[in-house]
Formats: sequence, structure tokens, C-alpha cells
Amino acid sequence: MAAEPIAAREKKSIDSRPWRQGKLSSVYRSRWFYLMMVPGLIYYILFHYVPMAGTLIAFQNYNLMKGIWGSSWVGFDNFRIIFDNPEFLQIMRNTLIISIYKIIGNMVPDVILALMLNEVRVRWFKKTVQTITYGPYFLSWVIVYGLAFSFLAPGSGLISTFVRDMGWGQIDLMADKNFFRPMLVLTEIWKNTGFGAIIYLAALASINQELYEAAVVDGAGRWRQLWHITLPGLRDVFVLLLIIRIGGILDAGFDQVFIFLNARVYDVGDIVDTWVYRYGFERLEFGVAAAMGVFKSLVGLILVIGANKLAKKVGGSGIW
Amino acid sequence: MFVLKKSKGDKIADGAIYTFLALFALLTLFPLYYVVIVSVTPYMEVMKNGGFIIWPEHFTFQAYKEIFSSARIPQALKITVFITVVGTVLNMAVTTLLAYPLSKKAVPGRNFILMGLVFTMIFSGGIIPLYILVRSLGLYDTVWALVIPGMVSTFNLLIVKTYFENLPPEIEEAAKVDGCGDVTTLFRIVLPLSAPIMATIGLFYGVTHWNEYFKGIFYLSDKTLMPMQVVLRSMIQTPNVSTELSVNSLALDTLPPETIKMAVVVVATLPLLVIYPFLQKYFIKGALLGSVKG
Repeated sequence: MAAEPIAAREKKSIDSRPWRQGKLSSVYRSRWFYLMMVPGLIYYILFHYVPMAGTLIAFQNYNLMKGIWGSSWVGFDNFRIIFDNPEFLQIMRNTLIISIYKIIGNMVPDVILALMLNEVRVRWFKKTVQTITYGPYFLSWVIVYGLAFSFLAPGSGLISTFVRDMGWGQIDLMADKNFFRPMLVLTEIWKNTGFGAIIYLAALASINQELYEAAVVDGAGRWRQLWHITLPGLRDVFVLLLIIRIGGILDAGFDQVFIFLNARVYDVGDIVDTWVYRYGFERLEFGVAAAMGVFKSLVGLILVIGANKLAKKVGGSGIW
Repeated sequence: MFVLKKSKGDKIADGAIYTFLALFALLTLFPLYYVVIVSVTPYMEVMKNGGFIIWPEHFTFQAYKEIFSSARIPQALKITVFITVVGTVLNMAVTTLLAYPLSKKAVPGRNFILMGLVFTMIFSGGIIPLYILVRSLGLYDTVWALVIPGMVSTFNLLIVKTYFENLPPEIEEAAKVDGCGDVTTLFRIVLPLSAPIMATIGLFYGVTHWNEYFKGIFYLSDKTLMPMQVVLRSMIQTPNVSTELSVNSLALDTLPPETIKMAVVVVATLPLLVIYPFLQKYFIKGALLGSVKG
């Protein structure tokens, strides 16, 4: 009895609005969904896509007062200024070295921590170690800088005063060129290793346990299991994260480097983004700074696409 | 791993693993413990030992009294609490409203929009155009410059979207049969089922706001608007703590500058440490969901 009126109603609505069939009708049915998306889409267009268009100022002698419509166009002059700059090679070198240090200093300890936690059978111990080591991920780099300061500040830091009391002289590691990059890696390991291990732990948990049982039956010891089952099980995740890291190789972690940087370690610590900051915000050479930003973004994009292709070629699944 | 009988070598390996993990946990905790100790050590103890020590005989909370009676720190805390609360609420609202439709495969244009959003993860216009945009929108030197430019994190968006996709479709279908519209379904049916993921992104967004540093550096010149982290950074670097705090207190001369500095570090850290254990059980799940390919 109930079936007929519904069928009749449907028929009527189709008849009266023929455009509701097919694509248009599903657009109409999704009208509330589109409405929900409006604030988010406005945000993305305004704060992501408009700045992408704003990279046009890389081709301008941009002046904050004149704006994008009033500033003069200079073609590729800004890019020429960057590439001719004697600092350019130095900055690229610093960026790449710090990045590579950090990729190694992140990914290797992450895997090792995950492998170790995976061996732990005492549940409370595993949980306690995990809870503690995840924590620092949520602290800001400024706080980590403060912690480093409490250890390394000349004259008052725990390590500095220890070295002084032992009669080994005054040290100022925070302004030491040789220590700057290791300090970045060490603080990165302290802050992010626990959190970085999570994703590998998940990959470990998803390895088929029967593989291990079969391996034991075949007489494989712990190391052989690690080599033939566990590490291959981590490969896909590792490659995936590596692709992402390679795409960001010109980043080198602006937030950390900027906060730890001081004028005495520019030689070894000045990276692309800190250079952009100085040119844009301190010298107000917005065109040149934006050009460097464009250069960096393009290199990053090419690297991500390239690394993804490579990963697929060697048999991994890639990001897309 | 499965081992039928533990050999001697296995036992040694186990011992090494447990020892290493315990040490790593201790090394993680120690710096946090140490800054707390430095922040409560009186000057005379520092003088007596020729530096800070790991366990002082006396404690003093003078440093905390000083920073809370200064002008700068309470002001910076006020700004930070404001952007953390208001910012997180806005973030979660906008993110959820964007993620829910994107979790529905039947919405025309969904894939196109999704591609557009994910593209922002691998390509950006850089900081300079963003700065110019913030200025031309009139956000420069307002508290909103700390909130609006980071309204949605694509990572968090994908986490929520994946979570919505994995909810059993029958529940929403039942709601539709009962006559619920899309909006009602989201608020009455879907959100109550999404507490874990909301807690996760709430934590991620909240922490991001609490730790806000660069938006302050980039988009603000007014010192009274600066969030906590900006003040903390300049406090740590300054040789002259009392100017930085803008107080003229005699007590400051009787406290080592490091004590004050570390007290500020503790104040900036404490709220995170307090909420962390409560939210800890959620974020692991969230972090993993986000890594599922979208």
C-alpha cells in the first residue's frame, strides 16, 4: 500500500523537472554538501591559490606601497640576482647538507626505535616508553631551544659549567660553527623520534604473523627473521616517507633552523628559507625573496614527482 | 617475533633492548626535569655550586612570581589562550564541514576538489606572497593574523575525511530514511560517532596554536599582540631579562637570569604536559589514519 504513493511521487518529480536526471540532479542533491564546503574552499582559494598567483611578484620590482598592480615588471632579473649572488651556492650547500643530515637523523632512529619497541613483550614497559617518547613531538622548537639553552648556555648551562669545572675551558656550543648542524640533528632526534616510530610500529603490526611462524619452523633465528620478514615489511612505508622527505629537501626545517640560528653560524646554518626571510622581511626586497621562494617550490615539486616515479619503477607503490 | 626457546644470545639482545629503551625514555624526560629544577633554584645555591645543579637543597618560586607580575608574560598568555581556544574551534568547524562532503563519493566534483587540496601539500606560493596577502586583507597586526591563515591543515582534513569514510554507511542511510537532511545527519549522527577523531585533530590544532611562533614574527609588529612563544624566544636570547619583561623589580637582581628564563619555558610547556596524557590514547590512531592514502 505504501509503495505506490512513493513511486508516484518519484515519477512526478522526475516528470516535472527533467534536468534532475543524471549529473545535474546529483549536483542538486548535493547542494547542502556544497554549502558546507564553502568556508573551507574559500580558505584554500584565498590562502593557497591566491598566493600561488602572487608568485608573479617574483617577476616584479615589488614595492609594498605600490602593490602588485603598481610595481614595475622586471622579467627574470630577480632570478638573475639570486643565481649571481655569491651566497647562493653557500645557501644551497647548507640547505642540502642540513636536510640530508636530518633525513638520516630522522628516519634511521625512527626505524630502530620501532624495531626495539616491537621486541618488547612486557606491556606496561612498552606503553610507558611510548608515552614518554611521543611527548616532545608536541613541544615547540622555541621550547626545545630553551631546553638546549639550559644545557649549553655559556657560563650557566649544565654541560658548559661541567666542562668549565673539569678545567677544559669555556665553551659556547650554541654559537659554534662545528656544532650547529649536529645540534640540529640531536634536537630533532630528541623531539621527533618517538612520534616518528608510530607509523613504523603500525607497519610492523600489519605483518602477517604466520610468516614468522613459518620462519621459525624453517629454523630461522631472530636476525634472519628481522632481515627476511620484518625489514621487507617496513619497506613500503619507508620509501613513502623518503619520497615525502626528498620533496621537501630544500626545506631543511625552517622553524627549527630559524630559531636556533644566530649571526655567528650563518656560514653553516643559513638556508633557503632563512635567506628568503632576511631578504623579504628585513631588506624588503620582496621580488627577490619571492623569486627564491618560487625556485624552491618548483624544485620541490619536480623532486616529489621524480621520486614518486622512481619509487614506482623499483616496485614500490609511490604516493599516488 | 616468535622464538621457540630463548637462546643465550636472545636474552642478551633482550637485555640490551630494554636497557636502551629505558635510557632513551630517561633522556627524553631529563631536560624537562632539569628546566623545572633550574627555575626553582635560588641564587645562593647557584653561587655556592658555581652553577646549576641537578637537585638543589632549597626551592624558590620567586621567578614565577616575577613573571606573573610582569606586564609581558600575562599579556602573551592571554593572546595565546585566545588563539588556542577560538582558533581550535574555528579550525575544527571548517575542517569538519569540508571533510564530510569530501567523504561522500557521490558528490560531483569531489575528486577535482580533493586533488586541488592535496596539491597544496606539495606546492606553495611561498611565504612572501602570503605575507602580502595578509597585509592586503587588513589582517596585519591583528590577532586574526594568528588564526585565519592556518584555518585548515590538509593533513588533519585528510584524517577526518578518512575517518568519515570508514563509518558504517548503514547508520547514515537509516538517518536519511528517517528524514534527516545532510546537515542534520552530520550534526546528529556522524559527529557523535566521531569523538576520537575530533579529540585527535583538536589536539593537533590546539598544540599548533599554543606553539604559534612564525605567524607572530611574520604578521605582527605590535608587541602587545605577540604570542607566548615569540616572547619566550626573545626572553631566552636577551642578556637583560628585566627590560624584556618590562618590569623594574629589585627581586630580579637577586635571581639569576637563567632562573627566570627557565620559569618562562616551564610556563610555556606546562599546559601541553597537562593535557597530553588525556589525549594520548587518541592521537596515535589519528596519526595513523592520516597516513592512509587518501
